[in-house]
Amino acid sequence: MSFKRNILELRKRKKEAQQGGGEKAIEKQVAMGKKTARERVKAILDENSFHEYDLFVEHTGRDFDMDKKILHGDGVIIGTGTMYGQPVAIYAQDFTVFGGSLGLMHARKITKIMDHALKMRVPLIGINDSGGARIQEGVNSLAGYGEIFYRNTNASGVIPQISVILGPCAGGAVYSPALTDFVFVVENISKMFITGPGVIKSVLGEEISMEELGGAMVHSEISGNAHFFAKSEDECFEQIKKLITFIPWNNAQKALRFPAAEPLASANIEEIVPNDPHLPYDIRDVIRAVTDNSDFFEIMEYFARNIVIGFGRIDGNTVGFVANQPMYLAGVLDCDSSDKAARFIRYCDAFNIPIVTLEDMPGYLPGVDQEHAGVIRHGAKLLYAYSEATVPRVTVIIRKAYGGGYIAMNSRHLGADFVFAWPTAEIAVMGPEGAANIIFKKEIDESENPEETRKQKIQEYKDKFANPFVAASKGYIDEVIEPLETRARLIHSLEVSASKVDTRPLRKHGIPPF
Amino acid sequence: MTVNEKEFRPFLLDQVSYLTLTTKKFENRKKWQPSKPKEICSIIPGSVIEVLVTSGQKVKSGEVLLTLDSMKMHTKIEMPYDGVIKDVCLAKGDRIPKNFIMITIK
Repeated sequence: MSFKRNILELRKRKKEAQQGGGEKAIEKQVAMGKKTARERVKAILDENSFHEYDLFVEHTGRDFDMDKKILHGDGVIIGTGTMYGQPVAIYAQDFTVFGGSLGLMHARKITKIMDHALKMRVPLIGINDSGGARIQEGVNSLAGYGEIFYRNTNASGVIPQISVILGPCAGGAVYSPALTDFVFVVENISKMFITGPGVIKSVLGEEISMEELGGAMVHSEISGNAHFFAKSEDECFEQIKKLITFIPWNNAQKALRFPAAEPLASANIEEIVPNDPHLPYDIRDVIRAVTDNSDFFEIMEYFARNIVIGFGRIDGNTVGFVANQPMYLAGVLDCDSSDKAARFIRYCDAFNIPIVTLEDMPGYLPGVDQEHAGVIRHGAKLLYAYSEATVPRVTVIIRKAYGGGYIAMNSRHLGADFVFAWPTAEIAVMGPEGAANIIFKKEIDESENPEETRKQKIQEYKDKFANPFVAASKGYIDEVIEPLETRARLIHSLEVSASKVDTRPLRKHGIPPF
Repeated sequence: MTVNEKEFRPFLLDQVSYLTLTTKKFENRKKWQPSKPKEICSIIPGSVIEVLVTSGQKVKSGEVLLTLDSMKMHTKIEMPYDGVIKDVCLAKGDRIPKNFIMITIK
């Protein structure tokens, strides 16, 4: 009976703390088109599965009259819950409480749940909505950021780390998402930058809006900082829920197996690819022609569109796809596409996800801007990532595989387990036109009819090298297959590779060119 | 995503023309320009604290031409080689953007 009073007291305290910044602040949050931190957590997790910790934590600021302020939960919600019945750890910054600013205790709560996630080997989801460092707490808030970054790095490649940007995320704060695996952004809500429009204007005199500087589409299309773009918070949560079905809960597990399913009948692989190597098509249609239910979950859809990455399932198992996209920039490799693919390959390798590479690529993008932007070191990332990966690796060469790009796109020489080629494949040092002009330069120049000779020589080179059979004769390609056989070969080769054991020399870590 | 096939453009690579779309980033890429040794440009924006040379003045390599206040630092801009100043394109107190031609050399 005496319990009752205590319980009522607890309930009262809980209710008060759960109000966050109070009604007015919540109204403001809603007016900005945003959900509250608590609503967000509930929307992502299974119904009624959320358990909150550290609700009664108080901030420790004493200067600038901060001691008179009550900040419920110190502006962040932490806890655990489940997704599809599996445990996850989550934190959500609460913008209604002092702008979600990060002080010492705020950071302590985040690092507590991070430590927990790493120890328990469960995914960590972080929802960012914060004005940044709590300036009143001085170096303590910087310390907090540093301790978060340190844990992000330690957890990298061990547990999945997902960052959801649902508000401003500025200054040092952006580096936590940047250290995590996947960054989700929402149009008109997400804002990420190191220095904001105000500073840029005062220092550089350049005027730019927040959305143009660091809005959701900017990071999805231009900077490549974001992996998933959504038009609303609800769409964003659906994306998170879909992503999580493709990945394992930690690096010691494999992704959950789903019931196998055939691709949809409408996805006819032979009708997708034009025989003429100069004509474009959407490589994602080829991916959908080989995946279960023709389902393909694309990552970084808007950045470096000349390469496509994402997850699909083959025979029920998750596969990471890396594919040149002839529809954009003819599918060339360049700084951005190499960077995009390399990081994804390392993700798949860290989390035991087999990689299927689809190749149709005319070479590297020429240009002073590319060379000066470091296409050498960015391109090297791709070589490094493939060579380093010990997960099952299968390549299908669809049409063009020219020059350095042929090597880079998971060739046999970088350790691919299986390499298949369609009969339309052209594996050569360069395209027939360029090659003929070099090899037969003298003959063409001295000929009475140079154009006619050039045509002849191009055809000669085409007949000789623009096919998969030269490479097949060396064993660089395991099998030349009919397009319709692609899915069956992928299923079989991944089945054969299911228990693959491959090792690399023991070392502290490599020095990848990043 | 639906793509209008009419938007495909020829794209020349190794003397081969491919039909394809381009990206915004590719279209907006910076065209390269050869460096102009006779122009001293700002590499970051800033405001001019002092100008120490005038048009027609003979200046030795390494001598300070002007001081800029950029990114909370006072940066001295030096003469890259022995020469004669042609134009001084700024004055004390001016705020200048990036890539602004500050001084030209004869």
